[in-house]
Amino acid sequence: MVATQEYKVIGTRPIRHDGLDKVTGRAIYGADVKLPGMLYGAVLRSPHAHARIKSIDTSAAEAMAGVIAVMTAKDMPEAGDELVDLGEGAINFSHASDHIMAMNKAKFKGHPVAAVAAISTNVAREAVAAIKVDWEVLKSVVTVDEAMAPDAPAIVDGWVGDDLGEKSPLPNVGSHFRHEFGDIEKGFADSTTIIEHRYDLAMVHQGYIEPHNGTAIWDQDDRVRVWTSTQGSFTVRTQLAGVLQLDESRIKVIPTEIGGGFGGKIPIYVEPLAAILSKKSGGKPVRILMDRADVFEASGPTPGGWVSLKLGVNDDGKIIAGDADIRFDAGGFPGSPVGAAAMCMFSCYDIPNTRIDGWDIIVNKPKTAAYRAPGSTHVAYAIESIVDEICEKLNLDPVQFRLDNASKEGTRRGDGPIFPRIGNIETVEAARDSAHWNSPLDKNPGNGKVRGRGIASGYWFNVGLKSSVNLSVNTDGTVMLIEGSTDIGGSRTSIAMQAAEVLGISAEDVIPTVVDTDSVGYTDVTGGSRTTYATGFAAYKAAQSLIEELTTRASTIWDIPEDEVGFEDGKFSSKTDPELSMTFKELAGKLNETGGPVSSTGAVDLENAGGGFAVHICDLEIDPETGKTDVIRYTAVQDVGKAIHPSYVEGQMQGGSVQGIGWALNEEYFMNDDGQMANSSYLDYRMPTTLDLPEIETVLVEVPNPLHPFGVRGVGEPPIVPPVAAVANAIHDALGIRLRQAPMNPGRILEALKENNG
Amino acid sequence: MVDKVHVKTTINGQEFEFLVEPYMSLLETLRDVLNLTGTKEGCNDGNCGACTVEMNGRIVDSCCVLGAELNGATINTIEGMATPEGLHPLQQAFLEEAALQCGICTPGFLVSAKSLLEKEPDADEHRVRHWLAGNLCRCTGYDKIIKAVQKVQTSA
Repeated sequence: MVATQEYKVIGTRPIRHDGLDKVTGRAIYGADVKLPGMLYGAVLRSPHAHARIKSIDTSAAEAMAGVIAVMTAKDMPEAGDELVDLGEGAINFSHASDHIMAMNKAKFKGHPVAAVAAISTNVAREAVAAIKVDWEVLKSVVTVDEAMAPDAPAIVDGWVGDDLGEKSPLPNVGSHFRHEFGDIEKGFADSTTIIEHRYDLAMVHQGYIEPHNGTAIWDQDDRVRVWTSTQGSFTVRTQLAGVLQLDESRIKVIPTEIGGGFGGKIPIYVEPLAAILSKKSGGKPVRILMDRADVFEASGPTPGGWVSLKLGVNDDGKIIAGDADIRFDAGGFPGSPVGAAAMCMFSCYDIPNTRIDGWDIIVNKPKTAAYRAPGSTHVAYAIESIVDEICEKLNLDPVQFRLDNASKEGTRRGDGPIFPRIGNIETVEAARDSAHWNSPLDKNPGNGKVRGRGIASGYWFNVGLKSSVNLSVNTDGTVMLIEGSTDIGGSRTSIAMQAAEVLGISAEDVIPTVVDTDSVGYTDVTGGSRTTYATGFAAYKAAQSLIEELTTRASTIWDIPEDEVGFEDGKFSSKTDPELSMTFKELAGKLNETGGPVSSTGAVDLENAGGGFAVHICDLEIDPETGKTDVIRYTAVQDVGKAIHPSYVEGQMQGGSVQGIGWALNEEYFMNDDGQMANSSYLDYRMPTTLDLPEIETVLVEVPNPLHPFGVRGVGEPPIVPPVAAVANAIHDALGIRLRQAPMNPGRILEALKENNG
Repeated sequence: MVDKVHVKTTINGQEFEFLVEPYMSLLETLRDVLNLTGTKEGCNDGNCGACTVEMNGRIVDSCCVLGAELNGATINTIEGMATPEGLHPLQQAFLEEAALQCGICTPGFLVSAKSLLEKEPDADEHRVRHWLAGNLCRCTGYDKIIKAVQKVQTSA
């Protein structure tokens, strides 16, 4: 099937299956879990960003009335130095264990050092406050440049990073890798225009409204049950097995509804603490909730850092050389998404000579995690700003320049792979033809403010990975769909719709349920823009085999050979006898009398996913008196392959765009020199509100993905990639100033204006 | 231990009488004492609006009100929005317009938007955006939430 085909279900906009529970307050999220006899946990966190633990005295806490269990890192099982792939990044279990509760040393402010389970939250908090820690405060390093100094204090004791295959002599290098193709020196020698700059982007948080949570029972048979809101229940199981040193089969993860994740709800935080406290309390259930400051300070924001980029262009207006140096702050342990950044670095362009250096740098900040196209926003800020500058310098049209240099099927990505069929060119063309790009912008509206327009491209590679789906037919002709992908934004429905399309029934007649890890086959995280693609593919396969089963059943009922039964438009019929015909529902009604129930499974492990491209257009208005910037019009154009449920595809594009706008203009971890985050509340971190934004217009481009039966491409991540660069280019259009440090907040704009006028 | 406070209150049209710790917030009281977990905690410091409820005709962040202040008050929460006759038009519009993704902020938005439409049914887009600026959503970019509220306005 290809996306040009007429579909009955795909492309429609049914109401999502879990919608009613979510508009009535009935949906159960992690913090809503309440079990009989449950204890309430609290965590003691390091007040210092870098400090050695000389001793911990928990005696006062243990003596308090209502305290049932107290733990420190001594209660954590010893985890091996084992590296395990989690789908979106790998994990070293000894680091993971040390991250969850500090063994000898706090590596970021908020690093857990002890935890308590008590009869109420209040008692637990009072007990935590009674724990005494004797600290030896160490010098902390919070930026990439500080941490790379040869005399910087080593953050992870005994760590030796890999530097291009050699042992790094620097204490805080997590890793340094390089991708190189063509002849970079010759490329620049042949270039007639060369531009090079460094772009700094701040550490930011995914900002999901629901804080992390975990409720656990560790029973007397060493079986562990964990309720948590997560992007991947199986990934939680893998991590818990490593950290708790148990077989995976002894752990059952029951995913609750999840209040946002964006990459940040893949790692575990409080879950193992709840499990160990449960064990120490004799198997009582223990629930631990983070508060908002904990979420900012001690979950996994996405790295800040910088990208230094040099691009060379020849007289024909072709980019012929690109040299990039990407350095990310990983947080208190190695493992930032700098590898993904490198994969995206040059992806919108066909450049024959490229080199990419990636550096993962340990700093005294929370251990970073994925955030929607992790790393790609950083590299797009650099390359899309320089492309804009090249066009300005050479007086070239920025859209035509992108078309002339566009990557396409057969282009080699900067880290090696050759692109399959991609929709980069079609996306740029759709932006060129959009209402927004073709509308005039009055750059001086007469209110003392100035306006500008910017355009930028972006890419995310998308992932496939493993998913499992079970289907079973009800006698009323509906179908139960059992899946392991937690639903963050309507994926129950986008997956059910793909099964419904195959089965020839309505989306409402497929009833999806997200189940625990005991109840469905292995399924990777809801992340990497893989869920509608890969779990949808598994649903497609399960539906295909359900039709095969039902075809057999129809042949039995009619007593004709199987190959004489056809299935089309939701109807089984004999290819020879026009009298013999049954709808899906009619056949379903006969199953119990003709051999029993019919069910099927579908499982996939997809190596490739087919990448997605986005082009964004931003109009903004700047008040030169205050430096305040308002986005006044915004359009997101994206190749979505095939939109299964267009409303939720638009929603992904709008939500990702707005997160990117927040990053561009406002959001940052404001760290002081001691590694203390000065703005760990929503008031001071200041994410975009309704009032900060205009309507977000969307243009869906559909270049079917040949790797998927319905042409689906992942859509969640590309929309956060272009905004920072689109805003920067619009600011330049308005003020004639290029800002190379984000967020481009009022202070930075005023400073730049002053410098420009001075 | 301090003495618990005796509270008599009306929640979603029903009378409640209970004891509450004097330090407990209205949010904790609703969630932990009364098991009304539809009201969500996002920040516990009055900045995200996920815990919005209507108290004596005004919307408040329930994390910033004490449970003891409930005594004699009338409260409406998300659990009281649908009736036996069906969903509130805003709930229906949120479903039809895909105005929720993860759904954690949805109860707060619905309670806030209901209050706006009761007080200012003709609010223009700017006013709608202004009124809802105290409710954070990280998934949607707000576009479909605003359109859902406007849909109810035009069909009223």
